[in-house]
Amino acid sequence: MRILIVGGGTGGTILGNQLARRLAREIRAGEVRLTLLSASDRHMYQPGLLYVAFGQMTPDELYRDEASLLEPTIDFQVDPVTEFHLDRNQVTTQSGKTHDYDILVIATGSRIVPQEVAGLSEGAEMFYTEEDAIRMHRRLLEFRGGTVAMVVSIPHKCPVAPVEAAFLLHDFFKARGIRDKVKLRYHYPVNQVHATPNVARWAKPEFDKAGIEYETLFNLKEVDPANKIIYSEEGTDVKYDLLIAIPPHSGAETVDENNLGQGGWIPTDRFKLTMNGHDNVYVIGDATDIPVSKTGSAAHFEAEVVVENIASMIKTGTPVREYDGRVYCFIEAGYDRATYNAFDYVNLPELKPPSKAIHWFKVAYNQMYWTTVRGLL
Amino acid sequence: MSECKVVDARNTFCPGPLMELIRHMKKASVGDMFELLSTDDGSSNDVPEWVHKAKHEMVSSEKVAGVWHIRVRKAR
Repeated sequence: MRILIVGGGTGGTILGNQLARRLAREIRAGEVRLTLLSASDRHMYQPGLLYVAFGQMTPDELYRDEASLLEPTIDFQVDPVTEFHLDRNQVTTQSGKTHDYDILVIATGSRIVPQEVAGLSEGAEMFYTEEDAIRMHRRLLEFRGGTVAMVVSIPHKCPVAPVEAAFLLHDFFKARGIRDKVKLRYHYPVNQVHATPNVARWAKPEFDKAGIEYETLFNLKEVDPANKIIYSEEGTDVKYDLLIAIPPHSGAETVDENNLGQGGWIPTDRFKLTMNGHDNVYVIGDATDIPVSKTGSAAHFEAEVVVENIASMIKTGTPVREYDGRVYCFIEAGYDRATYNAFDYVNLPELKPPSKAIHWFKVAYNQMYWTTVRGLL
Repeated sequence: MSECKVVDARNTFCPGPLMELIRHMKKASVGDMFELLSTDDGSSNDVPEWVHKAKHEMVSSEKVAGVWHIRVRKAR
């Protein structure tokens, strides 16, 4: 039995490690071979980029060698997949190698595509790459006052990031003693300050209290970096001095190039997590088109389901679990308070009041993540 | 007339039905029709409000067996 995992991010790494342990006997006996193909030899803790943008973490804290995170029984290769031949259970990699599989797991994640919005790359600061987060921090430090506009494009990973960034901007300028010189304006695509009603109900009065202005039903159409104006699809425009953007995201380039799904999102059964029309192909994390948050926690919970099902299929011939849509997200409410959002396909998120304790748990989790991806937590 | 694409956002809370619809419509061509399936009653107000502001076209909206079926056409 050849199991091939494509992607060494949160989902692929957790899945590989948990599967390696669940199938340790079968791997030792040579009955199962587990291979993980990744585009990089490094693993990044992506949520840390937000802290880098606000000067609370340095980039070196966000990385580990991928090999150091993986069970030694996993055949790990830095050789990204360039071609998927699902009809013959085969992939081809950048180096020209061909890998046959019996079970394929696609965990190729998502990427930012700011180029899809005219002027966005030139006009905005972002925190979705190491380079961008460092630059955003520099721009924030240089800023002396004026209008800071936040814009949110869709789709994007980590749906609570816009709210967190808004609160952190407030606290950042407050800590520098120039909050009274900064007008914070938040722009959001739907008709409330967050897509999830309970998050919106909590965040709106918090925005009011912090003096964060907001405009809803604002879908970013174009940025004019020369004149510092943002334009919405809905026909409004706003002048800014500093623009902070949540850029639009797309699925992995290789998914796009292989026409596995529109926009790079792979059509996936929301319960079984199999690719539609391909029972031996699983999809987890940001790569799916299922309507849940694109976050590490969704990838984590999905990976656990797929691990149990693959292991059970091998041991008993029957899958045992379905993904219930479970997601858990911390929400930073500023420098020293946080809350969290936990929900599934049936149960609505219920937000607890932000507290210092949850913030410190999030700070601890920034380190505990490395035990999570090892499949231990 | 292009075919109607179904956006199944039943039982989803984050990013939610309207966000799912906007995501699909962004990539569509003018004239494309979408049917949003939502179990969130808020969709019956949120979607028409956005469609009106974004100058698209509401085609129909009805609740059948607890599920909202909201049809929208991309107009520009």
